[in-house]
Amino acid sequence: MRLLRNGDFVSGAVLAALGAFIIMEARQWEYLGPDGPGPGFFPLWYGIGLLVLSIMLMVVHARQAPAPASRGMGGTGRAFATWAALVVCVALLKVLGFIVAFSLLTLFIVQVLYRQPFGKALAVAVGGAAGFYLLFDVALNVALPAGMLGF
Amino acid sequence: MESFGYLMQGFAVALTPYNLLWCFIGVFLGTVIGILPGLGPAATIAMLLPLTFQMNPTSAVIMLAGIYYGSKYGGSTTSILLNVPGESASVVTCFDGYQMARQGRAGAALGVSAIASFIAGTFGVVGLMLVAPPLAKFALSFSSPEYFALMCLGLAMVVLLAGKSMIKALLAMMVGLWIAGMGTDLFSEASRFTFGHAELLDGVDFVVVAIGVFALGEVLGNMEIREGARMLPVPKGLRNLLPTLQDLKDCRFAFLNGSVVGFIIGVLPGAGSTIASFISYGIEKAVSRRPEKFGTGVPEGVAAPEGANNAETGGAMVPLLTLGIPGSGTTAILLAAFILWGLRPGPLMIQDNPTLFWGLVASMYVGNVMLLVLNLPLVPLFAQILRLPAYTLYPFIFGISIVGVYSVSGSLFDTWMLALFGLLGYAMRRLEYPSAPLILGFVLGDIMERALRQSLMMSQGDLTILVARPMSATMLFLAVLILLAPLFRKADALRVKAIAEGS
Repeated sequence: MRLLRNGDFVSGAVLAALGAFIIMEARQWEYLGPDGPGPGFFPLWYGIGLLVLSIMLMVVHARQAPAPASRGMGGTGRAFATWAALVVCVALLKVLGFIVAFSLLTLFIVQVLYRQPFGKALAVAVGGAAGFYLLFDVALNVALPAGMLGF
Repeated sequence: MESFGYLMQGFAVALTPYNLLWCFIGVFLGTVIGILPGLGPAATIAMLLPLTFQMNPTSAVIMLAGIYYGSKYGGSTTSILLNVPGESASVVTCFDGYQMARQGRAGAALGVSAIASFIAGTFGVVGLMLVAPPLAKFALSFSSPEYFALMCLGLAMVVLLAGKSMIKALLAMMVGLWIAGMGTDLFSEASRFTFGHAELLDGVDFVVVAIGVFALGEVLGNMEIREGARMLPVPKGLRNLLPTLQDLKDCRFAFLNGSVVGFIIGVLPGAGSTIASFISYGIEKAVSRRPEKFGTGVPEGVAAPEGANNAETGGAMVPLLTLGIPGSGTTAILLAAFILWGLRPGPLMIQDNPTLFWGLVASMYVGNVMLLVLNLPLVPLFAQILRLPAYTLYPFIFGISIVGVYSVSGSLFDTWMLALFGLLGYAMRRLEYPSAPLILGFVLGDIMERALRQSLMMSQGDLTILVARPMSATMLFLAVLILLAPLFRKADALRVKAIAEGS
């Protein structure tokens, strides 16, 4: 359990798995052909490098006690909540379009994460979305992702 | 004299109203983001990159470079006024700058900082103008083995971008190489690491990686703390912005020291402005007649690091423009910008694109003057930016990131990739993996693989071609030497100390 709380050990394990995956994939491609190295040459070597270094990281850091968390789990939770909101916003782009999806994301960040009054959050969300529309769509002629409603 | 003639042509380019406007926008934005803690030049350039595709490359690079060196000016403002460095390179400025401000000499500190930045920034541009063309000429003789060795040398610089853990830096670099390898192999047309997604056949767009890892990773990291919602105090009554004659006299050597040290450190890829500012501060203290006063508010303690920080920009442009080697996250993004505009920084850059190169050099002279004018009288106004609450800034960054990525490809798939790379950037930050090596690996990976395979095709698979040619052998030897440098304990301790204090 102690090891699983060690970020270096866990990230090392994930990267070791990635290294192993790269090596397996690279072995399916030609390593050295008549014209020189094939598509498997370079990935095989950085895959091996990734695997060896990540095992080194796991061995070196597993011996050390996990560093005390400089920021509490609450902070990580806020960051993950923000990321989840971003993912929802991206998922909604196809359905609702940028203007609405971005407004909802802003509303969530300002009201829920920064605990600002609803009126203020709504003003920031609507004002921000309007600003993006005027700046990109109207002034710069850069198309914003449109939803099923056409905007 | 030849350079002087080209420089005049460069001024003809830089002084057109259109380019002057973009130069102003660049240095203005640079100053603003330099002042804002939590938003760096790399993230800003990455976010704005897609918007420059409709511009002509010369104007675009003038603006983006303006953001780069403008942020160095802005970074000192918060160091002096609030003891909060806007950029890691401004950490050293806090030591004496904040003390001067506490003694009621904030204006003089800001003035010394602006003047040192101007002198050293201009020195850096002169250095760039003098060093870059001969270096590019020398590199013209490079063939594939030399290019491969050069890329190895560039990647070896990861040692200097490593932060506390070398293993983590190397791992980040290899992940960058892996991401660079995604897509269709140009030699064999085999598709690699596409996971069945046709959208990945063209590879991962640099903009997606850069914005995700730098901008979103940075914002998600900042979101851990809610404190951004409160107003930061902005000191009032900034009078006497011009330093006294005695201040300037005390700073004579610091101006020179900062300029020379900053430029030399800048030319060495990977060293960066944080290290340059620490070294010049150390030299200044070592040669000072009053070393015991350092840290208590002496103007030369502000002038030396701020000068080095700004001269470094001109130095960092040398390997970027002449060899195509970026020495930092920001210059890696600038390199990618060049590639996206269809330009290839390297030995032929100056020869093939003289208008762009000399226009950029001339614009940096002009930009430094603009920054001096902006930063001396308008500092109190710029400091008001700190009143901007974080909850208005962060959604804006999310919005501009989505629009920026979508505007490049018109594909919603890339916005999903953006979210994924944002998470990667945050995880790297949280687990203390440096992000600059990942970008370095990503930018140089493709070029490195191509150079290696072309070299081995030339030699029919014989690896000795890489060491049989004197230049490539020398560069490979240097790369190995740099990679082994951390084994020398004393040098590594100094490097880690500088990075730790700068982070």
